[in-house]
Amino acid sequence: MLSIKNLFATIDGKEILKGIDLKVQPGEVHAIMGPNGSGKSTLASVLVGRDLVKVTKGEVTYKGVDLLKLSPEERSLAGIFLGFQYPIEIPGVSMVNFMKTAVNEHRKTKGLDPLSAGDFLKMMRERKNLVEIDSALTNRSVNEGFSGGEKKKNEIFQMAMLEPELSILDETDSGLDIDALKIVANGVNRLKTSKNATIVITHYQRLLDYIIPDKVHVLYNGKIVKSGGKELALELEEKGYEWIKKEIN
Amino acid sequence: MKELSIHREEKFDFAHLFNYSEKINGNISPYLKDVRLAAADSFSKTGFPGKEDEKYEYLSVESLFEFNYNYRFIPEIIHFNIKHVFNCDIPTLKTHMIFLLNGFYYGGAQQLSELPGGIIYGSMMKAMEDKPDIFRQYFSRSTEMGNDGLVNLNTALARDGFFIYVPDNTVLDKPIQVVNLILTNKELMIQPRNLVILGENAHIKLVICDHALSKKKSFTNSVTETFVGQNSRYDFTLIQNEHNDSSHINYHFINQEKGSRVDTNSISLHGGIIRNNHYVKLNGKGSENYSNGLYLTDKDQTIDNFIFVDHAFSNCRSEQLYKGVLDDRANGTFSGRILVRRDAQLTEAFQRNNNILLTEEARMNTKPQLEIYADDVKCSHGATVGQIDEEAMFYLQSRGISEKNARLMMMYGFAHEVINRIHIDALKDGIAELVYKRLRGELAKCDNCAIISS
Ligand SMILES: Nc1ncnc2c1ncn2[C@@H]1O[C@H](COP(=O)(O)OP(=O)(O)OP(=O)(O)O)[C@@H](O)[C@H]1O
Ligand SMILES: [Mg+2]
Repeated sequence: MLSIKNLFATIDGKEILKGIDLKVQPGEVHAIMGPNGSGKSTLASVLVGRDLVKVTKGEVTYKGVDLLKLSPEERSLAGIFLGFQYPIEIPGVSMVNFMKTAVNEHRKTKGLDPLSAGDFLKMMRERKNLVEIDSALTNRSVNEGFSGGEKKKNEIFQMAMLEPELSILDETDSGLDIDALKIVANGVNRLKTSKNATIVITHYQRLLDYIIPDKVHVLYNGKIVKSGGKELALELEEKGYEWIKKEIN
Repeated sequence: MKELSIHREEKFDFAHLFNYSEKINGNISPYLKDVRLAAADSFSKTGFPGKEDEKYEYLSVESLFEFNYNYRFIPEIIHFNIKHVFNCDIPTLKTHMIFLLNGFYYGGAQQLSELPGGIIYGSMMKAMEDKPDIFRQYFSRSTEMGNDGLVNLNTALARDGFFIYVPDNTVLDKPIQVVNLILTNKELMIQPRNLVILGENAHIKLVICDHALSKKKSFTNSVTETFVGQNSRYDFTLIQNEHNDSSHINYHFINQEKGSRVDTNSISLHGGIIRNNHYVKLNGKGSENYSNGLYLTDKDQTIDNFIFVDHAFSNCRSEQLYKGVLDDRANGTFSGRILVRRDAQLTEAFQRNNNILLTEEARMNTKPQLEIYADDVKCSHGATVGQIDEEAMFYLQSRGISEKNARLMMMYGFAHEVINRIHIDALKDGIAELVYKRLRGELAKCDNCAIISS
């Protein structure tokens, strides 16, 4: 479904990604771990088309098409979703209006009519329950005044609304309390099918107790330096990154 | 304006105009005659404000007059069906509606209407004749009026406009709506003059809609005086929706007594040149004023908001929130002067002006001025001129929303803060809709008004 080959990318002329290779098949869960500043969020940015990051080499295909040629909105409509590490506050733009517009854009792409106001509200209610997000939050402006944890839950709520095929969750677990972590993981698991795939970027093995990964990758200095099964996460938790750094050097 | 013609197309200069005006003063009180004469006199000495006047730093008043407008002391008789040219854009808003056509009261023989509680509303001209005592007490009594040439020009020459009188202890639920229509086949200058008086413990809501229905060039120089008595409330909303060939200079003098509260919302949707002069005098302890403005401009339009809030007594509160979006080559100015006098202790005064420029060519001058002579006050002001937040745009786009719609949502979200301060729900929703259409570029005029081409 997703294939990244020898990907190089820069921010402000500085090389951040230095040859990434990754293949994700439908139904799989991949975890990407790695020290701060290693390029995890940058990789996510490339996949959703943030123009701050310039791809200098390599290719990315998604469901057979050249992903890098698509605009951010086209990628979303093609089924890609990013749960942002730092969701932005947008004062004045209401959650309801935002989600209604987004959902209807997705429906249009699928050749479906826009949802009626009633059906839309019903859908909102259902999906809110899935992530146990406080009802009042969706009556506010996008992320405005949300706590750190609420923002993260809101990302999963949006994911539930848009039903993506490839979800990239960038440290969705950071800032969540233990109960919220379970709720979010539970939400992700319930949205999982044999057709969609998830990439979870995380620092903590704990999340992977709930969302069981098929593969774990370590990103270090712009490269995937080690891949393995879920036991790799346990090993990292125990030993930190030093042994990997040593192994490379 | 090098020449002015009145209803017989005769040509006049200002001196002639004042003479003519005096001759046809009609049945008005000696007080009004004196006020007009004094204003004409004062104008003859000062002329209109020039570039040296700090208040008009960014707007050339003189250039507005470099054109042959027609000018009338009595209304032109125009045969038309108002229903064919005007349908209110906000049909869900139920109001007591009156019309001014080219600055003159339009509505048949009943020139002043009375509502339960003794509220009187209607024609200014008629009220001048019928209520000399009220005029003696209020007309042209706002401070700061006398030293502005354009106000003097209006005082000297204006004949009609709207008049509202609300006795003590009177509350009117349904808003009064004044629709200003410009309908002409000649270039026209008009000078409406309006007076609103609220007694004590009164509450009314007023909605003003400015529409230019003809494509002809027009120039409006309007003056409104508002007096709000002790513990009264006044909600005022102005919707300016004219066209690129209209120029509109508008003065609103708001005088507030002890414990009163005034909320104003000025929504500028369209107009070639708009200058709003908004004067607030907090003239009694514990009075509150909330002035909000939203302006959406494009092409070569000019929007200039001048605000002066005078904290003359203690324990008063004022807030201004003005926000604007400027597209193409639009040009905007915001000057907000807050004066806190020495005795105005425990004043709270807050001002904010935020602007979004959509192009490199759009310009915005923002000039907050705080002048504080009291020591125990809480005051702040802030102004921003910026672009749409690209990070927020990306967030919206990453959910499948097109760039165009994301931009629209961002602009609407920006404007929303002002719209949200309108207290009348039907009006708030109606204006939200109009703003949305305006931002989408779909609103060349208020929707239901047919443009009459000459
Ligand atoms: N907007 C930016 N401008 C300049 N440099 C940036 C920008 N965003 C990221 N970088 C740099 O790119 C590198 C990789 O950052 P990235 O956010 O991808 O790391 P990360 O692996 O997600 O780290 P973390 O675990 O802390 O989230 C860092 O050195 C960072 O400083
Ligand atoms: Mg990161």
